Amino acid sequence: MNEPQPLLQMTGIYKVFPGVKALTNVNFRLFAGEVHALMGENGAGKSTLIKVLTGVYSLEQGNVELDNETIKLHSPQEAQEIGINTVYQEVNLCPNLSVAENIYIGREPRRFGRILWKQMNEGASKLLLERLHLEIDVTRPLHAYSVAIQQLIAIARALNIKSKILILDEPTSSLDKTEVKELFAVMNKLKLEGLGIVFVTHFLDQVYEITDRITILRNGELVGEYMTNDLPRIELVSRMIGKELHVLADLPRLTSNERLQDASIMLKAEGIGRSGTIEPLDLYIRKGEIVGLAGLLGSGRTELARLLFGADRSDYDYYSIDGSEDKIHSPRQAIDCGIAFCPENRKTEGIIDDLTVRENIILALQATRGWTKSITRKRQEEIADEYIKALNINPPNPEQLIRNLSGGNQQKVILARWLLTEPKLLILDEPTRGIDIGAKAEIQKLVLSLAQKGMSVLFISSELEEVIRVSDRVAVLRDRRKVKEMSNEEISQHNVMQAIAGG
Amino acid sequence: MLKHHLFWPLTVLFALLLFNFLYSPDFFSIQIRDGHLYGSLIDILYYGTPLILVSLGMTLVIATKGIDLSVGSVMAISGTMACLIISKGDNQSLLSLVLIAVGVSLVLALILGLWNGLLVSVIGIQPIIATLILMVAGRGIAQLIADGQIITLSSTTYKYIGSGALLMLPFSIFITLAVLIIASMLTRKTALGLFIESVGGNPTASRLAGIRARAVMLAVYMFCGLCAGIAGLIVTSNVSSADGNNAGLWYELDAILAVVIGGTSLNGGRFYLTGTLIGALIIQTLTTTIYMVGVSPETTLVVKAFVVLIVCLIQSESFRKTFSQLWASRKYRTGEEVKRHA
Repeated sequence: MNEPQPLLQMTGIYKVFPGVKALTNVNFRLFAGEVHALMGENGAGKSTLIKVLTGVYSLEQGNVELDNETIKLHSPQEAQEIGINTVYQEVNLCPNLSVAENIYIGREPRRFGRILWKQMNEGASKLLLERLHLEIDVTRPLHAYSVAIQQLIAIARALNIKSKILILDEPTSSLDKTEVKELFAVMNKLKLEGLGIVFVTHFLDQVYEITDRITILRNGELVGEYMTNDLPRIELVSRMIGKELHVLADLPRLTSNERLQDASIMLKAEGIGRSGTIEPLDLYIRKGEIVGLAGLLGSGRTELARLLFGADRSDYDYYSIDGSEDKIHSPRQAIDCGIAFCPENRKTEGIIDDLTVRENIILALQATRGWTKSITRKRQEEIADEYIKALNINPPNPEQLIRNLSGGNQQKVILARWLLTEPKLLILDEPTRGIDIGAKAEIQKLVLSLAQKGMSVLFISSELEEVIRVSDRVAVLRDRRKVKEMSNEEISQHNVMQAIAGG
Repeated sequence: MLKHHLFWPLTVLFALLLFNFLYSPDFFSIQIRDGHLYGSLIDILYYGTPLILVSLGMTLVIATKGIDLSVGSVMAISGTMACLIISKGDNQSLLSLVLIAVGVSLVLALILGLWNGLLVSVIGIQPIIATLILMVAGRGIAQLIADGQIITLSSTTYKYIGSGALLMLPFSIFITLAVLIIASMLTRKTALGLFIESVGGNPTASRLAGIRARAVMLAVYMFCGLCAGIAGLIVTSNVSSADGNNAGLWYELDAILAVVIGGTSLNGGRFYLTGTLIGALIIQTLTTTIYMVGVSPETTLVVKAFVVLIVCLIQSESFRKTFSQLWASRKYRTGEEVKRHA
């Protein structure tokens, strides 16, 4: 057979971290002019493989060839110089610098050593407008924009360099539908220009929509490489998790009819809102009820969750929790009232990287007990072991620093932290974002079983199917106001979609 | 063992002590004179106490990703305050008078710490700027308290704090030891240590986990102020006089250095009190060594800076790696050369 030469060929890649075998004998090929999906569960080694390819981690064993020449990378800088560019899952830009500066950082247009600001700003605007159809003020600091826009800017930065390979690590996890479409248009264009694109995602739809080839990893090992058209979805999923997948299909779609008929009201918020963030709205959640919040990115889902938890202050509110009236002005108060909150942004708002898994788990419980009543070391270890087992946290080592865990496992640690406080109301903001299907199903199942035991849950997710599957009632937000609430039979993809679209 | 956080600080300390021993073999000799222990080692501990105290406070502040530049000024203020009160008394050696003076100065030091804490945690000024205010203003406050004079005392009671002896050892060593033990107990036996590391590691996440980050910060800056206050008492008591301009001068820099050498990162998070203790001892030993070797006073600081640079390089993991790689490749090359000749 006369196959074309691959643009990139990685063979026999190994990478070991303290206590974790991240990659074992992995091969990976990428051809010019293709979009190649890199698939696998959390901790399968996708991110590690990418970091090896981009020089973030040094190569321990194995060979990387670009255009048939062996390359040895020591830094992301070197990778960029030879044309390998990456956009990471979590945005890796400087929030204090302007958008234009972020795009041009390190390669500003200069004359006699002086930066040509005007040219740079114009270049950045033009680049964003032409290639991403994004019209924004590039002189404003990056943090003024939403995560989605920051992600597009990160992509723009990668596009700007003359690159051979573009790696997109979970680029779509915080983008809404139109933004995804725009991104795909850009990807197709780049593909035709002969770029090799590595695309890491958890959205199966997107894999089948855009990619040509799929490589599957599992537990740091290569499962195989397939042409996308030759691999049915169910095959893909079962290869990723290494077993036939019934977990998701088996999830019961619970109706609230019998279960919640005479359940008391757990949380009642009237007129909760904040000017410029979200219009005042009313929301109630019954005991043992799962309320889903649906809406596009920027519709005010996260903002509402933050107000309920007291992370931001509501302008005016009347609150009652489990019968007693309260106003919540700080997370601490919310926790004392029995509310728990898993934030959307794990890395910056959830985990404390420097601490171990054990310390991260006990943190919230210890905070409610105050500093004097410390939990004994022995008890801490018992708790950590218990939750590691219950939530299947991997690696099962309570003394591991949490930063060494994969995203899904970090999420489980945060969940453990809150479950330990035995909350009455659990607010989950995108609990399955950036998490593989197996862990996703585990978390959904967990939520359902918690609700059955009487815990109220506010479930926020940008994945419509997920919201529909787990929720007893769905509240739909659009343009920062609540537009509709539906329950039972009313909940369907069609209805929710319509409410979101406002048609 | 190489991985242990105390390994490199201890190695450096032992290397310094070894150098001293080789340079002057009677460095380790300890004699008993007038019922007191005398010797270079005792001196290092004795003169090191103010620095150790200040560094302990600084460790907790740095663990919250902060820094306290005002410790030197707080030392001057608390020392001057104590001396002023005592100097007003008819009988300067009266125990109750000295106790009142000590009490008032320490409360004052706590208030100054609270001030720093408020600026940082409530108003939200960056720590380096917030504490710079008191660093600069503090010297002026000390001058105001003393009315621009150097206050000299003749209080034997007050002098005991800095130069008295207990169980044949300088009394200040016991004060320092007590603070170290209390600080260790507070941070390791209660959950305070976890909260400090958590706030330093990720303030946003800590707040969302229900930790009162502000209260933790206030407590930490107050503790740092208190430590500096005690150090100020020791320094002024030692010389029985308070000089608002010079008491505690440049202590902040040595303290920050001691913390960093002790293994606590300026990025906040994990902190090591014993590491800091060793760090402070390294700096004090270094100072003593430089005096002993007889470096001329003009160049003392240059020598000190040079040694500190080496210490920091040894502690840097990436430097050690690069260095050992260079070393390995050098050996390899010489090996080749030998072959060629043969």
